[in-house]
Amino acid sequence: MADYQEYLDFMFGALDALNKKDITLTETTDLVADVGLSSLEVMEFIEKIEDHFDISIPLNILPDVNTIGELARKVQALNP
Amino acid sequence: MLFDKFKDMADFQTELASNDVTPFGAVTEELMSATEGVVQGQRVILAGTNNYLGLSWDPRCIAAARDALQRWGTGTTGSRMANGSFAEHVALEREMADFYGVGHAICFSTGYAATMGMTATLAGPGDVILLDADSHSSIYSGVKLSGAEVIRFKHSDPEDLAKRLRRLGERTQNTLIVAEGIYSMLGDVAPLQEIAAVKREYGGYLMIDEAHSMGAMGETGRGAAQAAGIEADVDFFAGTFSKSLGAIGGFCTSRHPELETIRYCIRAYIFTASSSPSVVASTREALRIIRDEPQLQDKLWSNARRLYDGLTSMGLPVGPAASPVVAVELEDRAQAIRCWKALFEGGIYCNLVVPPASPSTNFLLRNSVSAAHSTEQIDTILAGYRSLMDAGLLTTDQAA
Repeated sequence: MADYQEYLDFMFGALDALNKKDITLTETTDLVADVGLSSLEVMEFIEKIEDHFDISIPLNILPDVNTIGELARKVQALNP
Repeated sequence: MLFDKFKDMADFQTELASNDVTPFGAVTEELMSATEGVVQGQRVILAGTNNYLGLSWDPRCIAAARDALQRWGTGTTGSRMANGSFAEHVALEREMADFYGVGHAICFSTGYAATMGMTATLAGPGDVILLDADSHSSIYSGVKLSGAEVIRFKHSDPEDLAKRLRRLGERTQNTLIVAEGIYSMLGDVAPLQEIAAVKREYGGYLMIDEAHSMGAMGETGRGAAQAAGIEADVDFFAGTFSKSLGAIGGFCTSRHPELETIRYCIRAYIFTASSSPSVVASTREALRIIRDEPQLQDKLWSNARRLYDGLTSMGLPVGPAASPVVAVELEDRAQAIRCWKALFEGGIYCNLVVPPASPSTNFLLRNSVSAAHSTEQIDTILAGYRSLMDAGLLTTDQAA
């Protein structure tokens, strides 16, 4: 399975198309507050991660996720 | 501040008010029939109800309700588990089980309670729920309450469902798959043959919400699963009495005898008052009519095709196939509001749907068809859309 950095790198790339404000993406970038993702775009982003790594990400983890780094950590914990 | 999170909604309501538009909560002041009324002082064709067979106005349903009212009074004032189980409720459950050709049925006070209650209860901590991404809000509410691991599959995408079941491995034994028959916003029908095939290959339990398809599809009106010929693969049928049956309430039917035990674990069943007996009586009569008068379904589809074909021939984007729900998708909110207002003022009361209720970022002018609509009424609705185009409010290249 992928490690934290691999998840992170993929997420940076996958967010490119959704990064309409063209901000610099880091581990602490907030997906909604900083990137400005709508709820539909969050799900679109999640689907990209799922398809790429052939995993399913439960909706249950989302309330605890704000930043790219938090998402990468959660996904890694689910797929050690 | 507690109310900060409502600011966007408050702003939207202000925008609607400033445009003198009331698409949400418009007051119906008088009804002339199942398809015509006075709303906010305006005489309109009702083009947004879920009254697919027009049975809310059927004299036989009204008579059955009136008789029950005399016999049982206005309400049960109790839960099904505490003084609220009347002979009417038990009879309706027996008739629903019989209608679906299964052994077991539970009736709920609303359709929302049925799907929310079933999904919240069937799966729990340690279990998995795989739901279609475009599932109804009641299903999303239920899965959130369940404590189960909740995974979405792409809307009506059996391949994506298969991938996710494969990833679960042995856990499919503890997995509830949830799909709908007709999806309420765009009227698209789920690919149930393919979904059932995936379930057969990987395992799991399948629930189909037939809220918009019961009475509208299937040889005897049982819904999309019957039409697809895959009822044997369905573990739980859920649905509502507030659409084709013209009343209010919800149901779950199943061939699994465990449903009788599960009943006593559903909070949405236990901790709410049971349906008024008059409502149950009209529902029973409507169910009998659906069984005995399949021509109602033919009339519904004839009207649906007329509306769908008419809107399609104007070049408007209305979904993949004719359906009792025919929605026109627009990208621009202000345009959608203007169009809704013009239709309303022209005597056509459809639904304006805004995200996140719509399945994408698009706005919908959502029309739903009834068997009770006359051909002339369908043509009037079509003329309303033609007027929008003539007035330049709607053009095919502006549409989503």
